[in-house]
Amino acid sequence: MNPIVRGESAAFPLSDLKLGHAAVVKHFTLPDADANRLMQLGFLPGSTVTYRQRSPFGDPSVYHVEGTDVALRRETAEQVYVARTGASE
Amino acid sequence: MTTLAPHRNEASQRERLVLLIGPPNAGKSTLFNQLTGLRQKVANYPGVTVEKRLGVARVGGVEVCLVDLPGVYSLDPRSEDERVTNDALKGDLADLGKPDAVVLVLDSTNLHRHLAVAGPVISLGLPTLVVLNMADDLHGRGGEIDADALSKEIGTKVALISARSGVGLAPVRQFLEGHTEPLAKVQLPVLQDVPGCHDWARKAGSAAGFRSPAAPEVTRRLDAIFLHPLAGPLIFLAVVVAVFQAVFTLAQPMMDGVDAIIGATGGWLESSLPESWFRSLLVYGVWAGVGSVIIFLPQILLLFVFIGVLEDSGYLARAAVIADRTMAKVGLQGKAFIPLLSAYACAVPAIMATRTIENKRDRMATLLVAPFMTCSARLPVYTLVIAAFIEDRQLLGPFLGTQTATFLGLYVLGFAAAAATALVLKSSILSSAGVPFMLELPPYRAPTFKSIALRLLDRSKIFLRRAGTVILATTIILWALASVPLQEGNPPAIEDSIAGYLGHAIEPLVEPLGFNWKIGIGLISSLAAREVIVGTLGTIYGMEADEGSPQLRDALRSDLDFGGAVALLIFFAFAMQCMSTVAIVRRETGGWKWPAIQFAYMTGLAYVCALAARAIFS
Repeated sequence: MNPIVRGESAAFPLSDLKLGHAAVVKHFTLPDADANRLMQLGFLPGSTVTYRQRSPFGDPSVYHVEGTDVALRRETAEQVYVARTGASE
Repeated sequence: MTTLAPHRNEASQRERLVLLIGPPNAGKSTLFNQLTGLRQKVANYPGVTVEKRLGVARVGGVEVCLVDLPGVYSLDPRSEDERVTNDALKGDLADLGKPDAVVLVLDSTNLHRHLAVAGPVISLGLPTLVVLNMADDLHGRGGEIDADALSKEIGTKVALISARSGVGLAPVRQFLEGHTEPLAKVQLPVLQDVPGCHDWARKAGSAAGFRSPAAPEVTRRLDAIFLHPLAGPLIFLAVVVAVFQAVFTLAQPMMDGVDAIIGATGGWLESSLPESWFRSLLVYGVWAGVGSVIIFLPQILLLFVFIGVLEDSGYLARAAVIADRTMAKVGLQGKAFIPLLSAYACAVPAIMATRTIENKRDRMATLLVAPFMTCSARLPVYTLVIAAFIEDRQLLGPFLGTQTATFLGLYVLGFAAAAATALVLKSSILSSAGVPFMLELPPYRAPTFKSIALRLLDRSKIFLRRAGTVILATTIILWALASVPLQEGNPPAIEDSIAGYLGHAIEPLVEPLGFNWKIGIGLISSLAAREVIVGTLGTIYGMEADEGSPQLRDALRSDLDFGGAVALLIFFAFAMQCMSTVAIVRRETGGWKWPAIQFAYMTGLAYVCALAARAIFS
């Protein structure tokens, strides 16, 4: 994969997002059923997601998306791809 | 193509059936409680683990049957909850029938996300009222929505309410009565298209002047404390200790009180009735049975007060986040923590408490391993056997003696069996590998007295009905087994009774464990509740007995060798010697399959491990 395509920022796993930072949901590498679940919770392509809080033992993490807080384990966040806000198309 | 439902006019005697649906955390149950109050009952849909909550609302002189369906994010019938909701909406649930109308409850502070489920629901064509709940919260945080404008956008009636305070319920009541005026049809998104539904919701919301509320500041501040790297776990620990203390220490005087009242009234019954088999049945069968049921009530009530406060306040979701890392190590998830903790008191409320786990497989695994935790009914058995066979010597100076160490060992053993079983279950038949753990953290809210009181009431009803009838029946059967055949009109010595006969009959089976027929009778009688074995052994040896009795200890020593004693402890640590647990698992899983598997597995494991223990320690 070409890491940086001109005019478009590279998508990276949500699990790599820094605490307090926001990004835009791009796509999922999860099975459709699970991706649908995440979308129902607000993780829609194009939605802004903020890494709001790390839990005391590091996992899961709390993300803010579409007006709600959702806790995801790292293994799930690794399969949600996001891109930096403002830097995209 | 769907066929049109027949008009209800021809069946006007029948109560109107209105379904309450909506996403989790929308306040659906709060509205249900507001509308029905005490007139509700809880059951399970046949064959599934989904809870069926029915209530009657009296509006304008008519009675309307309300059904509180499980919280769902979509009608995509993939999970059991969604399937039930879907079937109920389509009128395919045999025991419900065709619904007359639908009340869709949404959280107005989360309008875009929640409104997405409205498209598929409205397009079913049933008279639908969209209730935008938490209006107080929305306005309090500077949000706004024009309900009438939204109504035009989505082609159905919309009411903005606050279910907690009961504000704005008038249009809801009118709707329940059947006042619906048809609105202009609008274009609705299709069911499977999640982004499409969300786009539609966003457009409809914007057209209706929706302004999102500001971030919930209180929740942010509380989360900074409750999920703090240091304070978080400490508060969590304090909550755990408080729950533990409540179900043990605080409940104990109440349980002793119940015990004393039952004992005194039993004694009074015995002295005021002439001696007969009937008196014996009444006092030692029925009354003792009633006593052994209601003695658990204080523990169950206290536990559910705690769970109610934790869940309704929103803390339970945070506790689950903290516990998740640890629980994940055995394949379970954060929400399994409270049920497993409760199981140290009693598996019955623990199994009822697994309802807070939305993921069915995780819930099943939790429910199946909970009876391994060392419940309080095992303690009298442990106390008796340990006092009789383990000489108390110091292990770590004055801090830890051999008896205490044995106790702790048994606790660890139960926990280890639970953890190992959970691991096996989660890596085989109940695997949810790849099924992502997603937990919504609702804003913190003050729990209401009404909601907690209603919950206590229905938990007590379920317990008394399910566990109660089983314990009572078992006690009466055991009484009968010990009282027949009559010898010259008198009850037989226990050795000559059917119970004695059964004890002898299973002797070949328990003999390899080092048990004789007396222990055999004890094992049979302990099916009612584990601690019953202590009283039974007392009866067999012909002495008044509790677990502290030195005579009973001596008598037991003459019947068991050391290896047999260890085998007995191990057997009680693992076996599912508890019919009320079996009954509650049957209820919660909607069939006999799981309790049968669980009983066979636990008792099989108990037998094999006891056999091994005997071989090692003899």
